[in-house]
Amino acid sequence: MNELGPMLVMAILAVPICSAALLVLFRDDRVTGWLNAAASFLTFLASTSLFFVRPDLEPYLTVDDVNVVFILLNTFVAFTTSVFSASYIAHELDTGRLTPAYLRFYHAMYQVLMFAMNLALLANNVGLMWVAIELATLTTVLMVGLYRTPAALEAAWKYFILGSVGIALALFGTILVYLAASSVVGEGLDAMAWNVLVKRAPAFDPHLLNLAFVFLLLGYGTKVGLVPLHAWLPDAHAEGPTPISAVLSGLLLNVALFAVLRFKMIMSANPGALAPGPLMVTLGLVSVLFASFMLYRRHDIKRMFAYSSIEHMGIITFAFGMGGPLANFAGLLHMTFHSLTKSAIFFSVGHIAQIKGTQKMSEIRGLTISHPVLGWGLVLGVMTIVGLPPMGIFMTEFLIITSTFARQPVLAVALGLGLLVALGALLLRLNGLAFRDPDGKEAPAQASFIPMFAHLALVLAAGIYLPPALVSWFQHVAGLLG
Amino acid sequence: MDRLALDVAHLFAGGLVLVSFMLLYQDRMFGLLNMFALHAFVVSLSVAWQAHIQLAPHLYITAGIALIVKAIIIPVALHRIIVRLGIHRTIETVGGIGQTMLAGIGLVALSIMVMLPITAQSGTLTREDLAFSLAVILLGLLMMISRRNAVSQIIGFMSIENGLILAATAARGMPLVVEISVAFSIIIALIVVGIFLFRIRERFDSVDVHALEQFRGGQP
Repeated sequence: MNELGPMLVMAILAVPICSAALLVLFRDDRVTGWLNAAASFLTFLASTSLFFVRPDLEPYLTVDDVNVVFILLNTFVAFTTSVFSASYIAHELDTGRLTPAYLRFYHAMYQVLMFAMNLALLANNVGLMWVAIELATLTTVLMVGLYRTPAALEAAWKYFILGSVGIALALFGTILVYLAASSVVGEGLDAMAWNVLVKRAPAFDPHLLNLAFVFLLLGYGTKVGLVPLHAWLPDAHAEGPTPISAVLSGLLLNVALFAVLRFKMIMSANPGALAPGPLMVTLGLVSVLFASFMLYRRHDIKRMFAYSSIEHMGIITFAFGMGGPLANFAGLLHMTFHSLTKSAIFFSVGHIAQIKGTQKMSEIRGLTISHPVLGWGLVLGVMTIVGLPPMGIFMTEFLIITSTFARQPVLAVALGLGLLVALGALLLRLNGLAFRDPDGKEAPAQASFIPMFAHLALVLAAGIYLPPALVSWFQHVAGLLG
Repeated sequence: MDRLALDVAHLFAGGLVLVSFMLLYQDRMFGLLNMFALHAFVVSLSVAWQAHIQLAPHLYITAGIALIVKAIIIPVALHRIIVRLGIHRTIETVGGIGQTMLAGIGLVALSIMVMLPITAQSGTLTREDLAFSLAVILLGLLMMISRRNAVSQIIGFMSIENGLILAATAARGMPLVVEISVAFSIIIALIVVGIFLFRIRERFDSVDVHALEQFRGGQP
């Protein structure tokens, strides 16, 4: 097993990149969707090996308790999304929105994106992590512009410019961290290695770290979609293919947040440095409040759920900013549930938009009557995302608010207000979408419902009963996050 | 030798800030392109000098990439695109040139005041180069927000990137600098190909990104 361990971890990176090359060459468009799913499944299988083995891959890669959670979630949602994508994209081909050449490009890019995200999560070198996140940004830019309509091109352009500026700021922060480290651990690779940085952080120059963290938070925060750096996010979600919206919301935002968390751990290990918590709490709270009020003014269904993603990334950043075992635990769980739920919602929204031929909410009505399975799936998803009991998100939001209330009551009230406002907005819209008299096209749904209901069932089950092993594992990780 | 090494490094870094200012007041497309080629040329000189005094031969690769890709290929490609798309007019700015220059001076002062005190423990060369590179980055950001035109936004972004390369080489012994400069070149190549393929002019009848606004979602 010890010999096999490093190979299995390398498979998490090798399978996506090799299948990307294969998918470019493969010309049969009916099969490529399922090949994509098979490759994603293999990656997921390889990542489950991390439960049993922790191979030593330093200096470039590392497997520790923190990134295992992210990698498992990443590969799992990537797999279910690829199943959804196979049926979604076949329909796009039928309606002529995509040509076979673009389809090959799409599948190859999907696997390159998976490679980039897994590399960012596995990287032990902060420079390598930066390169991986940049690669992930580039591939998603290309995917967002895939339909080449004016609106899609605008969204891609905006995402590109804002994402590049964010990535540039993050690099400057990374250079400053290297500078702070190199005077303590010496020049060279060690001064960028994550495991060395955390161990030696107490000796770093706190002033350099402070400045570095501001750049890193703004840079990677742009990719997390924190207000006021969020402008790219709704457009990118609304105009790209829906599987990409699901991957963006469910995974890429987490990867960027993971980068912020890694640097936060360095900051909190240094006694002289600025406390990173208040900065993150402020950005998180502003995101929650802004996004929840903006939800009322949305007319496009995918744009609305993109704002809901900003809101939830705000909640998670808030929780990690509060820090402490309980808030970190709730933040981690919330991140997991949000990834599962939001991608499930995008699965149903993708099929709905295909059936109705529009994303305008004013033209979508009465889904539970015309398309019961899809409609009730959406209802269930929205009920979950707004945090109604007994779903998992209710539990995590409850934990975040109560743990905050014990320490900073005012912040808890502000966060609670944001959650209530968002709940009102989403339920108001859901009423029109799901219940009134059916309207618009009523073609039967050719959909794969399994990924959507599998995600929702997981969140429901976790809300009712969390296995003790999972709880102790998440508590352990929460303790590490500081 | 040591004193000379420091002075020449300063000359190049200071020259980069100066060229960043010159980018700010260009009001013609071709003038902007020529100035950017100069910017990239100065950055490649600066990196080559650092490679020389730090005895770090791999930095010559970064200098070579800066010279060939950013000082020659990109300006020539952008020049041809601008001629092909017929957009060689004056550049629309947000706010006057005077105010932009004043804001730029403020940003340079800010970056020197921020960087010098906190890098007290590092060597003189690193300190001053970091202060200058932060100034170049902030001036690049200023250029991106004060221009509405897609091509000048890209040039603003590329000047930010030159500032980052300067910072990365100033941090002695930083690994992965070459890889990072390659990664950046890929982004830039992609943007330039993007402008051409997306044919922003054909689709929107202008490379003024203001024209993109009408496609913003949200109308019922």
